[in-house]
Amino acid sequence: MPVDTVHLSTDVLVIGSGGAGMYAAIEAARRGRRVILVDRSLIGRGGATVMAQMTVAVGLEEGGLDHPEHHYVDTLAAGRGLCDPAIARLLCEEGPARIREMDAWGVGWAREDGAYKRAFAPGHDRPRCVYVDFLNTGPAVSKTLRVQLNRIPEIRRVGDLLVTALALRAGDCVGAVGLHLSSGRTVSIAAGATVVATGGLTRMYHRNSASANMMGDGYALALAAGAELIDMEFVQFFPIGHLAPRLVGMDPIMWDPFRYKLGGRLLNGQREEFIDRYGSKDEGRYIVTRDVATFAIVKEVEAGRGSPHGGAYLSFEHCSEAELRAAGGPVIDRLAANGIDLTRQAIEVAPIAHYHMGGVRVDASMATRVPGLFAAGEAVGGANGANRLSGNAITEALVFGCAAGASAAAQAEAGATRADASAFRGETDRLREGNAAPDFNPAAMVEQLQATMQDDVGPFRTAASLERALARLGALRAELSSRKPQTGRPYDGALADWHDLHTMTRVGECVAAAALARTESRGAHQREDHPGLDDAWRVNQLLTLERGSLRIERHATPQ
Amino acid sequence: MNVTLVVCRGTPGDAPREERWTVPFEPGQSVLDALRWIRSHRDATLAIRYSCTNANTCKECMVRIDGKTAYACTARLHEGTMRIEPLPNKRLVRDLVTEIAPPNERLSGV
Ligand SMILES: Cc1cc2nc3c(=O)[nH]c(=O)nc-3n(C[C@H](O)[C@H](O)[C@H](O)COP(=O)(O)OP(=O)(O)OC[C@H]3O[C@@H](n4cnc5c(N)ncnc54)[C@H](O)[C@@H]3O)c2cc1C
Repeated sequence: MPVDTVHLSTDVLVIGSGGAGMYAAIEAARRGRRVILVDRSLIGRGGATVMAQMTVAVGLEEGGLDHPEHHYVDTLAAGRGLCDPAIARLLCEEGPARIREMDAWGVGWAREDGAYKRAFAPGHDRPRCVYVDFLNTGPAVSKTLRVQLNRIPEIRRVGDLLVTALALRAGDCVGAVGLHLSSGRTVSIAAGATVVATGGLTRMYHRNSASANMMGDGYALALAAGAELIDMEFVQFFPIGHLAPRLVGMDPIMWDPFRYKLGGRLLNGQREEFIDRYGSKDEGRYIVTRDVATFAIVKEVEAGRGSPHGGAYLSFEHCSEAELRAAGGPVIDRLAANGIDLTRQAIEVAPIAHYHMGGVRVDASMATRVPGLFAAGEAVGGANGANRLSGNAITEALVFGCAAGASAAAQAEAGATRADASAFRGETDRLREGNAAPDFNPAAMVEQLQATMQDDVGPFRTAASLERALARLGALRAELSSRKPQTGRPYDGALADWHDLHTMTRVGECVAAAALARTESRGAHQREDHPGLDDAWRVNQLLTLERGSLRIERHATPQ
Repeated sequence: MNVTLVVCRGTPGDAPREERWTVPFEPGQSVLDALRWIRSHRDATLAIRYSCTNANTCKECMVRIDGKTAYACTARLHEGTMRIEPLPNKRLVRDLVTEIAPPNERLSGV
């Protein structure tokens, strides 16, 4: 029962309303453009930005304490030789302006005697991270940007709109096509310039810190439109994500602040300390690096010495109630509501997929190689190279969002080619075709895909595991092709799952293929069959789609 | 442990219908966990709205649970029967999904 497509048009289209997308919309509107900001979820609530709890890295010069140059040096060191210096520099140099603007908009960065409080985080040479108390950074950032959006009549916001393809005319991006979830209608949007700000991909993994909307949509959209992807093999795992007992109302990366303050002991399933078997130390202090902790936990589990749910124990049983209260504040009450008493029980933790360094390749103006197409935020690759410094992701979202909004505004002004009906028809027809009643369970297939990515494209990879994953992803994709559900029904979760699988099989292939090609270990990409860094691999891998097939090319990292 | 979920389903035109599922769970699990289990193990057409899944930051999963308004992600499962309905004071979209977006963030004219 397909119905007509809804047509919209605008100067600048922004896809995704996290920190990057909201900032892009605000900046494009400030430069006099009409903007449509769309999100597959509700505006400002669907992605990682609203979930972030901790810190934002920025080289503020106030008090003579820091400088963007110091931040830049640390960012490059963390990236293990693979950062794109131009966009890493932009992140660090523009960070202070964005943080101060957010401050003027009332975000409420924590202060002491009038000065910004700055927390220390691993990998930074000094205390550099601003935050909003208590564990409220992401919600405060998101709310502040939403309030600004509300004040600007030139920005039209549309939620529940899942973008499924970018629209092209003679190789230029002229807008997008999507599915309006709550009505089941197809929608086409003609735009002078388009910004992809759809966030990362970590929902592809079984164990993740992601929202339901983070599975690499922007990578798939841009790739299909002719853009390049870069550094897709670099997925950052967070070693001590919460695993068990079931903990609700808290995001699973919440144990880090406890570790900073109290240390805590990592124990295997037999309640033995084990980090020292892997060349580091734990000793109740938080000194083991993320990569060693991840490796040690995965290896203990493989050796049959994991905790009951397949991870390690994290114990604070040696800490007093007063110490725990001082470190956790209100979080202790939320744990109690979950039936968790840290003085009496160790909790279980395991590595979880947390952030993606790779993404759409852009220049320092956030332009892709496709005219009219820009990207921003976690959707962009290159700034963080092989590993991201903690706190750089929110800064990147704000800075790149602002830059992409400015560039998109300039592009729309230059009178980009206007879309005609033919730019949209292929995708609207594709969306409408399909079976009236699906005869399979796409939600179950999503879980199979997540297991494949976790087991075979996880923190430690081998040629055999990656080849197995590529075969499995190919088989899932083939299975999907004949089973597409038809559009037209309001809030059709099975159709959305089908679309998500289509995206994830492609994006998963990008990660696995790039990981298979990179025969060394560097940063977040660890090959068990190719341990150690290889200088010859100080190159980025660029991925493109050519006649439906993925192509990988090596590209010397600019210095 | 098992819980029986009685879920009210349908779109605005239909007569609402109830469906029952028995769902296995571990203590501490949420109503959202059970609804997601139903989608991947029994019926993927069950419509629910959520984003952040664990963190209770997106505030999208509000429904009626045993007659009270609550977030499905923080409401706990218990043995016996639990009744899940869409919010009564919002326009129904389908099953447990209602129109909760502010009016100026909707696609007008559909
Ligand atoms: C739990 C958690 C904690 C974190 N803590 C920190 C921290 O303390 N400090 C830090 O620096 N970083 C942190 N990060 C990382 C950081 O939050 C993200 O990298 C950053 O917020 C990304 O912003 P973004 O705007 O690019 O994307 P997001 O905020 O993820 O927004 C992307 C938006 O795009 C929408 N979207 C996706 N696909 C489509 C589509 N096809 N059509 C329409 N809309 C679409 C999504 O619904 C979403 O709303 C954390 C991440 C997580 C998950």
